[in-house]
Amino acid sequence: MTSPRQNTQQEMSAEIQAIASTYRQSLAAGAAPLTQPSLDYAPYRSSILRHPTKNLHHTDPETIELASPAFGHQDVSPLEADLTIVHNGEPQGERIKVAGRVLDGDGRPVAGQLVEIWQANAAGRYIHKRDQHPAPIDPNFTGVGRCITGADGSYAFTTIKPGAYPWKNHINAWRPAHIHFSLFGSEFTQRIITQMYFPGDQLFPLDPIYQSIVDQDARDRLVATYNHELTSPEWSLGYNWDIVLTGPKRTWTETEALGEDGEHHG
Amino acid sequence: MDNLTPTPGQTVGPFFGYALPFEKDNELAAPGRPGSIRLQGTVTDGVGAPIPDAILEIWQPDADGNVVAETGSLVRDGYTFTGWGRASTGNTGRYTFTTVNPGATRPGAAPFIAVVLFARGLTNRLFTRIYLPEDTAALAADPLLASLPEERRSTLLASREPDGGLRWDLRLQGDGETVFLEFDGGRHAPAQGA
Repeated sequence: MTSPRQNTQQEMSAEIQAIASTYRQSLAAGAAPLTQPSLDYAPYRSSILRHPTKNLHHTDPETIELASPAFGHQDVSPLEADLTIVHNGEPQGERIKVAGRVLDGDGRPVAGQLVEIWQANAAGRYIHKRDQHPAPIDPNFTGVGRCITGADGSYAFTTIKPGAYPWKNHINAWRPAHIHFSLFGSEFTQRIITQMYFPGDQLFPLDPIYQSIVDQDARDRLVATYNHELTSPEWSLGYNWDIVLTGPKRTWTETEALGEDGEHHG
Repeated sequence: MDNLTPTPGQTVGPFFGYALPFEKDNELAAPGRPGSIRLQGTVTDGVGAPIPDAILEIWQPDADGNVVAETGSLVRDGYTFTGWGRASTGNTGRYTFTTVNPGATRPGAAPFIAVVLFARGLTNRLFTRIYLPEDTAALAADPLLASLPEERRSTLLASREPDGGLRWDLRLQGDGETVFLEFDGGRHAPAQGA
């Protein structure tokens, strides 16, 4: 494939704005808001040859798709939720706690399911061998964590605030700081991988990956909230982020609809 | 009861390779055990180039068609069938699992393996299915397959290899583009985005 001249950020931002403007017009004309990213989003250059051109095919989920793989404490140690204790020394950077709940579309907790996270270090460098960004590797930080959600759908990770990092989508392209999240629901149809961002990031309007979600309300759902109540004195800053999975697609009984602790949430 | 809007997905990005893979992630059944088969194929893009940074997960019933609820996928003991596995594509876009042939979950149902795909450049996950090729009556009666034109239907059928394994290629875009699924009741963006 011939590689066209790389665009400047200004050209990229103009592309992003043009798509945003078309989307706002469609909303004004009465179209339903899009709650998920556009698969065909040319500003994210790698998506051009990696999106289906045919519409997704509607179907009813079948038996296996209405269940989900099971994970338990044999799979994940509670220590894996603290990304700052993996090595002998303290990692560099701003220590944070990220906590929230995994819910289904009806607001019910997703209990006992696997959450996986990965991220860059405080300098914006991934441990991954293909990351060529000349920022320092932190020998005390790998940036991988896992946990199993509690009965109320809760999760909590202790980690380091990741740095922004450059990528080569266009000239001077920088990703806003983010943590990758991988989640399972009670049905396979709810499987999702996404990214959590930090409030007030000035890179949001410039980033084609964040902007591939064309709806502002939908994009906002990926931004954590600073929570001083979750901040620990002399120790770490706290961020809250709840995740809502699609569905469920099946009808639940009254008993199943109640949390294990009998609580009504939300 | 609340009716909440789902959190949007995002691309898995390029750097999942040190985070998502784990030892024996693609071995739902230990290689060489009776009944274990190899499932393999290539993931390609819109110009037919292999995608080296994709990751697939499969979720399937056991050989008798039972949906299992066994934990232990992340720390495999070599005996317990958990029904779930994960495989990254390599430089050649190729993925491999060892598993068992899924059974029919009810009499007359066409056995299939559920698949979810993630990749750099793919803004959100895609769901699809891999059907076993043999039971032509069950395949003909399958509601999803019956709703597809022949040339698209064939993208969901594995082929059987001489060694008993399954071959199934995934084409993300273009000629022979794999059928990807939206489950009814979901609120996903259409493929034709903004």
